[in-house]
Amino acid sequence: MNSIIKYLKGISQGLNTLWSGMKVTGYYFFNARKEIITVQYPDNKDTLKIPERFRGRVIMVHDQNNEHACNGCTMCEMACPNGSIKVITDKVLDPNTGKSVRIIDQHVYYFSMCTLCNLCVQACPSDALAMDGSYENAVFNREELTFVLNLPGSKIRDNVKD
Amino acid sequence: MNAIYDFSILTAWIHQWLSGLMEPTAVMITEMVIIGTILILFVAAMGLVLVLAERKVAAFFQLRLGPNRVGPWGILQTLADFLKLLTKELITTKSADKFLYNLAPFIVMITPFLALGVIPFAPGLQIMDLNIGVFFITAVSSMGVLGILIGGWASNNKYSLIGGMRSAAMVVSYELSVTLAIMTMVILTGTLSMSEIVNSQADGWWIIKGHIPALIAFIIYLIASTAETNRGPFDLAEAESELTAGFHTEYGGIKFAFFFLSEFVNMLIVSSIATVIFFGGWMPFHLPFEWATGFNHIMDFIPGIVWGFGKVTFIIFLMMWFRWTFPRLRIDQILNLEWKYLLPMNLINFLLMSLIALTGFYL
Repeated sequence: MNSIIKYLKGISQGLNTLWSGMKVTGYYFFNARKEIITVQYPDNKDTLKIPERFRGRVIMVHDQNNEHACNGCTMCEMACPNGSIKVITDKVLDPNTGKSVRIIDQHVYYFSMCTLCNLCVQACPSDALAMDGSYENAVFNREELTFVLNLPGSKIRDNVKD
Repeated sequence: MNAIYDFSILTAWIHQWLSGLMEPTAVMITEMVIIGTILILFVAAMGLVLVLAERKVAAFFQLRLGPNRVGPWGILQTLADFLKLLTKELITTKSADKFLYNLAPFIVMITPFLALGVIPFAPGLQIMDLNIGVFFITAVSSMGVLGILIGGWASNNKYSLIGGMRSAAMVVSYELSVTLAIMTMVILTGTLSMSEIVNSQADGWWIIKGHIPALIAFIIYLIASTAETNRGPFDLAEAESELTAGFHTEYGGIKFAFFFLSEFVNMLIVSSIATVIFFGGWMPFHLPFEWATGFNHIMDFIPGIVWGFGKVTFIIFLMMWFRWTFPRLRIDQILNLEWKYLLPMNLINFLLMSLIALTGFYL
C-alpha cells in the first residue's frame, strides 16, 4: 500500500513539475513582444546604447585644452599581463624649479594584443586611462591596431602629482 | 452541419465531369494522379509552413526574433532553405551500404503519405474512408522507425547506429501506449472508421463526453505520440549534443530534407489523429445538453476546415511547447516512463473506460 501511494505521489509530482516548467516558457511565449532581448544590430545603429562599463578599447582621457593626466609612471605597462602597452618617456627641464621632470613622449598601445582586462585602467594612479565604448574595431591591416594614446600636441595637466 | 462547407459536393462534381469525358478506368487513374499530386504538394507546403512555425515558436519561447530577413517576417526563410537543400550535392560515404542508404529516406517519407490518406481534415476532405482507418494508421505509423533504423545502420557510422537503435527501442515501446490510448477511445466510439468517429462526436467531443478517462487517455496519447515522432524531450535519436545528428548524420541535401520533412509531417499526422479521436476532427464545438442548441447552431457557421486545422494547430503548438520547455530524457528514463508509468496507467484507464462504457456513465 505504501509503495502504491509513493508511486501515485511520484506521478502527481512529476506532472506538477512539468506544468511549472511550462508555465515559465508559456509566460515568455505569450509576452514575447515586450520581453524580446534580441537587438537587430546593423539596423539600429542610430539608437544603439552602449553600456557605461562596456570595454571597447583603451583610450587616454584628454580635456578640452588637449591636456591629459599621464605623467609616464609606467604603472600601466607593468600591470599589463601581455605587454600591449609601451610607454616611451622623456625628460624636460621645469622652468620654475630648474629640476628635470619626466613626461611621456608616446604612450603606445598594441590593440592587437590587448585582452581588454581593464588592469591598466585600475593600475593608473592618476586616472589617465579609460575604456571607451567603441565597437566595430576590426581592420584589414595589423599595423592599424597600434595606437599612440596621447594626442599630438597634448601635454600634462598642471595639478597631476608625481 | 451546414452543407455549404461540404467538400464532397466539389469532389462529386469533379467526378461527374471526368466521367462525362472518359472511360471509368481512365477516370479512376486520372483521379488517383490528381489526388497524388495534391498530396505531394500538401506535404511539401505543410513541411515548409511547419518548419517556419517551429522556428518562430522556438524563437518566441527563447525571447528571440527568429527568422526575419527573407521576406516579410521571414516567411520565405524555409523556401530559401528548401531551394538550398535541393541544389546541394548528394554525397554517399565510401563504406555506406549504398542500397539501404538510399532507400531509408523513402521509407521514412512513405509513412506520412500513407497515414495522410485516411485522415478527414474537413467534411468530405478525406482521400479514402477505410472502415479500419484507426487500425490502418497505427499499423502504418510503425513503418517510419524502420526507415530511421535502416538509415542509422546503412550510414556505417557509430553515431548514426546509436541514434537509430535508440529510436527503435523508444518507438517500439511507445507504440504500445499510443495504440492503447486510441483503443481506450475506440471503446466509446465503437468503430474504427475515421469518418464515423468524427460523426459520432456531432453532439460533443469525446474528450468532453468521456470526461476523466478520456482526459487521461489524451494526456498519455500526447506524451507517447511526442515520443513516437522523435521530437520534444524524446529527441534522443538525434541528440545533437551527444550524437552530432543521430541517424541522419551522414545524410545531406534532399535526402536529409526527407528525414527533416517526415518529422514535421509526422507531427501533423499525430496531431490530426488526436484531433479526430479526442476533439471531433472537423466537428464544431458542440455541447451535449438541451439548453445549448442555440450555441451549437452558432458554432455550425464556422466552416469545418477551420475547426479541423485550428485544432491540429493547437495540438502542434502544444507539442512545440513541450519541445522548448523540457530537457531531453536519458534512454533508461524514457523506457522507465513507458513501462513503469504510462503502460500500467493506460491499462487501468482502459479498464475504467470499459466500465464507464458498460454502465453508460458518459454524456
